[in-house]
Amino acid sequence: MASALALSGCATDSAPEESTGGDSSAIITANGSEPQNPLIPTNTNEVGGGKILDEIFAGLVYYDATGAPVNDVAESIETDDATTFTIKIKPDLTFTNGDPVDSQSFIKAWNYGALLSNAQLSSYFFEDIEGFSYDEDSELTGLVEVDATTFTVTLKEARSDFPLRLGYSAFYPLPAAAWDDLEAFGENPIGNGPYMLDGEGAWKHEESIDLVVNPDYDGGRVAQNGGLTIKFYLDQAAAYADLLDGNLDVLDAIPDSAYSTFESDLGDRAINQAAAVFQSFTIPERLEHFSGEEGQLRRQALSMAINREEITDVIFEGTRTPATDFTSPVISGYSDELEGAEVLEYNEDKAKELWAEADAISPWTGTFSIAYNADGGHQGWVDAVSNSIKNTLGIDAAGAPYPTFKEARTLITDRTIQTAFRTGWQADYPGLYNFLGPLYATNAGSNDGDYSSEEFDTLLNDGASETDVEAANADFQAAQEILLQDLPAIPLWYSNVTGGFGEGVSNVEFGWNSVPLFYAITK
Amino acid sequence: MTGYILRRVLQAIPVFFGTTFLIYFMVFAMPGDPILALFGDKSPNPAVLAQLRAQYHLDQPFIVQYFLYIGGIFQGDLGTAFNGEPVADILARTFPVTTRLAILALIFQSVAGILVGLVSGLRKGKLFDSSSLVISLILISLPIFVIAFVAQYVFGVQLGWARATVGPGAPIQDLILPALVLASVSFAQIVRLTRSSVIETSGLDFVRTAYSKGLSKRRIIPVHILRNSLIPVVTYLATDFGVLLVGATITEGIFNVPGVGNTLYRAIIGGQSPTVVSFVTVMVLLYLVVNLVVDLLYGLLDPRIRYVK
Repeated sequence: MASALALSGCATDSAPEESTGGDSSAIITANGSEPQNPLIPTNTNEVGGGKILDEIFAGLVYYDATGAPVNDVAESIETDDATTFTIKIKPDLTFTNGDPVDSQSFIKAWNYGALLSNAQLSSYFFEDIEGFSYDEDSELTGLVEVDATTFTVTLKEARSDFPLRLGYSAFYPLPAAAWDDLEAFGENPIGNGPYMLDGEGAWKHEESIDLVVNPDYDGGRVAQNGGLTIKFYLDQAAAYADLLDGNLDVLDAIPDSAYSTFESDLGDRAINQAAAVFQSFTIPERLEHFSGEEGQLRRQALSMAINREEITDVIFEGTRTPATDFTSPVISGYSDELEGAEVLEYNEDKAKELWAEADAISPWTGTFSIAYNADGGHQGWVDAVSNSIKNTLGIDAAGAPYPTFKEARTLITDRTIQTAFRTGWQADYPGLYNFLGPLYATNAGSNDGDYSSEEFDTLLNDGASETDVEAANADFQAAQEILLQDLPAIPLWYSNVTGGFGEGVSNVEFGWNSVPLFYAITK
Repeated sequence: MTGYILRRVLQAIPVFFGTTFLIYFMVFAMPGDPILALFGDKSPNPAVLAQLRAQYHLDQPFIVQYFLYIGGIFQGDLGTAFNGEPVADILARTFPVTTRLAILALIFQSVAGILVGLVSGLRKGKLFDSSSLVISLILISLPIFVIAFVAQYVFGVQLGWARATVGPGAPIQDLILPALVLASVSFAQIVRLTRSSVIETSGLDFVRTAYSKGLSKRRIIPVHILRNSLIPVVTYLATDFGVLLVGATITEGIFNVPGVGNTLYRAIIGGQSPTVVSFVTVMVLLYLVVNLVVDLLYGLLDPRIRYVK
């Protein structure tokens, strides 16, 4: 019942702030990247497109600066058992073309996104809803329309954090007009969010997209400016030059080359704070020496042989935060006091001791390698981590570069990779479960190391069926304590969001997902 | 002359097939699954993956994919990029931008390069000559991205004479700085080529004859010296066109020019074979055309070449 309480009736809290003297017609320019796909919510899983969708669509909930869900289109989301959710939509809402925002605009959009033959990149978001199938085309029978503005969602099993997920773009509604020609729609999408496209052809491919305020939007994200121009950059260095030159108002990614200077360049207009991005390297259990008790000892030894503080300082100029768990400090329920978290601290003696214990079980042979894609700027830290391991444990350790991301991912997905490999996770929604379930639950979709622990699975399921947020988070924390012993992946650090803004703009705040809250920015 | 041009155009046909086949083969041979990369660090469901692969014919063997692509071309379809945009549209959008950039650079480097080279050659050993030699040596030895970053920072960010990156629609005035950067390396080469060629020509008998006939410098320098010194420079300009297109990729990245380089880079990394093949093919055809034009230019510069079959 607690999740229902937490989510209902919040919408009125976020009335527009008092006037700050900003120009309500000023256009804010921000950096972005060319969307990889047509702008269809269920087919967009990358930042470039997601950033635009979040501005032109309003989902059932949105996330405020702290990552807490606030009702947007939803009037209430209620459940008694974390399995069946009753969702009420605010009455009289419309898309910018006049189509009503009703139960069908959600049910149809979700069914489209989930259908196997539609091959949507975000289809896995619907896998918990009754009727979802990965093997054949199948309707989401768990979605039932009660009336025009009420529908129920029934899940296959309890998922207490389901309402928390509903702010993600995959769950956005689509207008009736979308179904005439979805491909054309993806080029000129019609939404219901705080902004809308500035006419046909506002998306100028590889150049920019122009958004203007949607006057009919009736939610908590009312725009304090006249619109947004999102400029697409291939290279962050160009975006940074534009920020310094005054051609860009807000930048949400500082290029590596400016890490050491951006805080002095920008002064109090610089931003550097932890984000919901968890970085690690994964050691599959099928590797020799890394299963059973020997594996556990070696994993702990490796983890303690890495000087995270020094590497984040030297290689990343303080733009990473050393990890203390498997999630992120910006997620509600995060704790840096988990039992066993000392395994993430640099401890030369203990690392040597554990490695020697493992050697007593079966002597170490070979080289410890971490695979990474060379097109992603990972070489620096992989070399530093390898050196840290080499110097502490006295074994051979080295990076194993693969030229491209797609090549590395193919080897990882095929399970043909025979070394440890770099892994990272950017959360889809601000919940602990999202960092744990998809990555470490037995047979989970992104469990690239094929980790399996009965105890962990049980705690995860316990947490998922709790309707009390505190109780659920306690279970997820206990589940993480098991991970800290088994270390299926070695946590390294959380990426920080690094950014900055120009002299003319104010009220720049970054959301939990490292994207600025554009609606609040004034100029 | 017409027969000569016709033969050259017909030569383009095997080049077209050869290039597309080779490029297609190379993109295909690059390891890794481009569809898999669309999912980022997250592992997709195999059924969804198979659907998407089928959609882009990636489940077919290489030779089938190639013939599907070629077959599409003859029906006026260059394929579709992963963002749903037809490759033909992308070509139509990006090539004019890069062409503008390249032509601008070509003008800067040839006009300035030939002028400076000519003056240097005529004043061999003087201050102008030695300083232009030093400057061109510096430009040649600097990698283009260094010149680009310095130019962007100094003229764009610090002095504010130009925009740090190219603005919407890539207008000519925004392209001037990137074009100057792009032109800089070739400019230095052209200065040196023209200079040595001018020095050589100036010492030849017909130039001395012209002087002794009492012709004015105004007539001798452009008609007798310059015209006869230009053949190596024009040859260089033709081969340089390819270098220009490659340099444009780096320059476009740094100045965020929405041109061919940007798109091609992303398409190569993403393994989008129709986009890569179409782009490279157009670049190859452009290269052939430029070389044809240069061959015809020889005739204008040297009548002896004009009459050779």
